[in-house]
Amino acid sequence: MDKETLLLKLTELDFMAVDLGLYLDTHPNNAEAIAEYNRIVRAADAVRGKYERVAGPLCSFRSMNRCEDKWQWDDCPWPWSRNFNFKEGC
Amino acid sequence: MWIYEKKLEFPINIKKTDPKLAKLMMEQYGGSDGELGAGLRYLSQRNTMITAQGKATLNDIGTEELAHTEMMATIVHQLLQGATKEQIMASGLDTYYVNHGLGVFPCNAAGDPFTAAYIQSKGDPLTDLYEDMAAEKKALKTYDYLIDLTTDPDVLKPLRFLREREIVHFQRFGEALDIVRQHLNENCVFDMPCNPLRKC
Repeated sequence: MDKETLLLKLTELDFMAVDLGLYLDTHPNNAEAIAEYNRIVRAADAVRGKYERVAGPLCSFRSMNRCEDKWQWDDCPWPWSRNFNFKEGC
Repeated sequence: MWIYEKKLEFPINIKKTDPKLAKLMMEQYGGSDGELGAGLRYLSQRNTMITAQGKATLNDIGTEELAHTEMMATIVHQLLQGATKEQIMASGLDTYYVNHGLGVFPCNAAGDPFTAAYIQSKGDPLTDLYEDMAAEKKALKTYDYLIDLTTDPDVLKPLRFLREREIVHFQRFGEALDIVRQHLNENCVFDMPCNPLRKC
């Protein structure tokens, strides 16, 4: 999958986790929702790893720098830039 | 502690520069019912919220509002990008431009700077949750009005997403209110004093 497809997939999965997390905040004993939440988080983690391999680190102080002699965090367009979500960066 | 993730909660890619629309969008960035105030309100109120569910709800919705603040700033920034002198003069953005250039400044559509006086943190769980439900309703109406005046589909998509979040947050705050009310053994009487010096 290319960078944009991975980002879109990750955005979808993370949003599902955010929304289901809010639901669980007020329905903490819903086993069905917990199972679904865990399924989504596992799927999102897998996509996050793939995205970071092609697009660079996603998280401040949580993502590995995969390049030995270049700090990758500074690279790539930032999310507020036009085309960040749709066009090849870096 | 917060972790920054280098992506938006919902994708935004606005291709058409439109300073007039940018000016209107500022209402939901730094206006009275905007996203910045929402995040500040919930993350301040969480400190004195009671019940596990109430605290989690304020913490997590407050956190999501920070992502919405980022989205509104992005909308304003992308609409301003590349604006010409003629566009600025014709759009009414000239009075903003002489102070902020094409920078993104937290103010409302009329140019009034953001102020914490827009929000409350009353130190009382029921009072705060009532405020939060009203805040979500007011933000929903502002999105309705912004959508009324917007035709650009690139702007409408994120606006509709943000509008829907107001509905979900209203529902979650209502559930939290119900839980807090049950915890306090309060009946459905809509006048419930809660003394901050009383342990509740």
